[in-house]
Amino acid sequence: MIEVFDPSMVNWARGQFALTILYHFLFVPLTLGMTFIIAIMETLYYKTQDEFWKNTVQFWVKLLAINFAIGVATGIIMEFEFGTNWANYSWFVGDIFGAPLAIEGIFAFFMEATFFAVVFFGRNRVTKRFQLMSTWFAAIGSNLSALWILIANGWMQNPVGTTFNLDLARNEMTDFFAIVFNPSASVRFVHVISSAYIASALFVIGVSSWYLLKNRHVRFAKASIMVAASFGFLAAIFVATLGDQSGYTVAQTQPMKMAAMESLYIGERGAGALVLGYPDPAKKLGDGSKGIAINIEIPYLLSIMANRDPYSFVPGIEDLVYGNEKEGIEGVASKMRKGKMAKNAMFDYKAAKSKKDEVGATQAKQMFEQYGNYLGYAHFDNPEELVPPVGIVFWSFHIMVGLGVSFIMLTALFLFYSRNNKLMKKRWLLRWGCWWSLMGILAIELGWIVAEVGRQPWAVQDLLPVKIAVSNLSTGNVQFTFFGFLILFTILAVAEVRIMLRAIKNGPEGV
Amino acid sequence: MILAKKVFYFYIDGFRNMKEGKTLWLIIGIKLFVMFAIIRVFFYPAAVTKDFSTEQKSEHFYKQFSR
Repeated sequence: MIEVFDPSMVNWARGQFALTILYHFLFVPLTLGMTFIIAIMETLYYKTQDEFWKNTVQFWVKLLAINFAIGVATGIIMEFEFGTNWANYSWFVGDIFGAPLAIEGIFAFFMEATFFAVVFFGRNRVTKRFQLMSTWFAAIGSNLSALWILIANGWMQNPVGTTFNLDLARNEMTDFFAIVFNPSASVRFVHVISSAYIASALFVIGVSSWYLLKNRHVRFAKASIMVAASFGFLAAIFVATLGDQSGYTVAQTQPMKMAAMESLYIGERGAGALVLGYPDPAKKLGDGSKGIAINIEIPYLLSIMANRDPYSFVPGIEDLVYGNEKEGIEGVASKMRKGKMAKNAMFDYKAAKSKKDEVGATQAKQMFEQYGNYLGYAHFDNPEELVPPVGIVFWSFHIMVGLGVSFIMLTALFLFYSRNNKLMKKRWLLRWGCWWSLMGILAIELGWIVAEVGRQPWAVQDLLPVKIAVSNLSTGNVQFTFFGFLILFTILAVAEVRIMLRAIKNGPEGV
Repeated sequence: MILAKKVFYFYIDGFRNMKEGKTLWLIIGIKLFVMFAIIRVFFYPAAVTKDFSTEQKSEHFYKQFSR
């Protein structure tokens, strides 16, 4: 916990980036998911030619437009921060991120912007067929632009398809398709977009439930709930099923993150997944205690998730930090030694090159190729530094999972009572729907915390620690901009909530 | 030109017809002004990336990497 609240420049820069991306991601899920819900409704309008569906679509388009307008361009601030606060990181990853982010830009600015304009303003000005096509393209385009962002993020979690250029001290792409089809990226993409579908479905259910509680726009609210609950239920089942694949990928590529998610300090064969329990606050690394207070688990489940084998060994934090010879797990101290050899080889190469000593440069390069995968470990003096903040990761993960389970139940109940036409009598469910309208977004934010805090202290897994990725700035500068953004984001968030609430209060027209 | 004009008015009329359009335009305008005229200019100057060659950036990274 001390590390998290350490008022150093690194942590302020970390905090600023977290603030920016968490704020930005308040808007993204609704864009990703509501576009599909609207596309389904637009299709119903096209098929039935019933003006009711047209008016229904228009209302949800209005809320989407408000969300889009407030959220648009907030992601640009992250690019400013990459350049200034994270200049070393930008240099290190620039060649890798260039292609995905450029493709994302093309999708965002050309495909999304064009079709969103038709979705927002095209009604009665373009043909019904073109309106329908644009709605689907807006949905597909926004999701495809998310794909490229998550490919870039996936590379940070599992750097593949690249080689380190010793002359320029940066990573360069050697296999575009290895980066695109990186398991960490594909699993992440599907997990994020399907979570966004749930978040959007819950938003639509929440607003519609409020109308039903107020006995307003009843047909509109029931129809919206039917579409959103069907869409949300399928997405919630999909996320739960896919969660297994996410766990497997994390266990294979970032075992420390997996151990932190479960607060698993001491690895075991046939490891169970925790159902009830919490990290023991008195736990000290290496003290031999299990590190979990109250331990009710589903036997073998963690081993199955991590390795597809119920009797396999799942390493704990202490196994990963100190090594476990019996299970063939290399400790951090050994990796640090290799990392320092890679770093020395890197500087030897540079020195040999400057003296035009080609033989020395070749030898240094060969040495680097042997240990280059451990390069990032050169910057640590203490193996314990490799442990992420376990409490934050653990609680974020378990609350996210708990919310995920509640989403399956909630959407299933709404679907069930919608089909039986008993929703109006289930006021407790409608109230639950209202309260849960923004919980999908909360779950996504928690998921981001699991993914990003869980990979600390790395900016790029095993290659670049955060403390090297950060620029050499004064703490005061970063603090100043941190609070500037906090004020700006708060004003924008208040504006969004006010405008959104006003639009909801006014309600849909003609239904 | 006619197409550009049509597209321009497509957006303008679209926002004009939205009840919340004016407020949204105002928010977008303020946000872009704050981002590009204040934050970008004063806190994130372009000079950070523009004034250095690839070799200089590489040298800088080597120095940073040695800390």
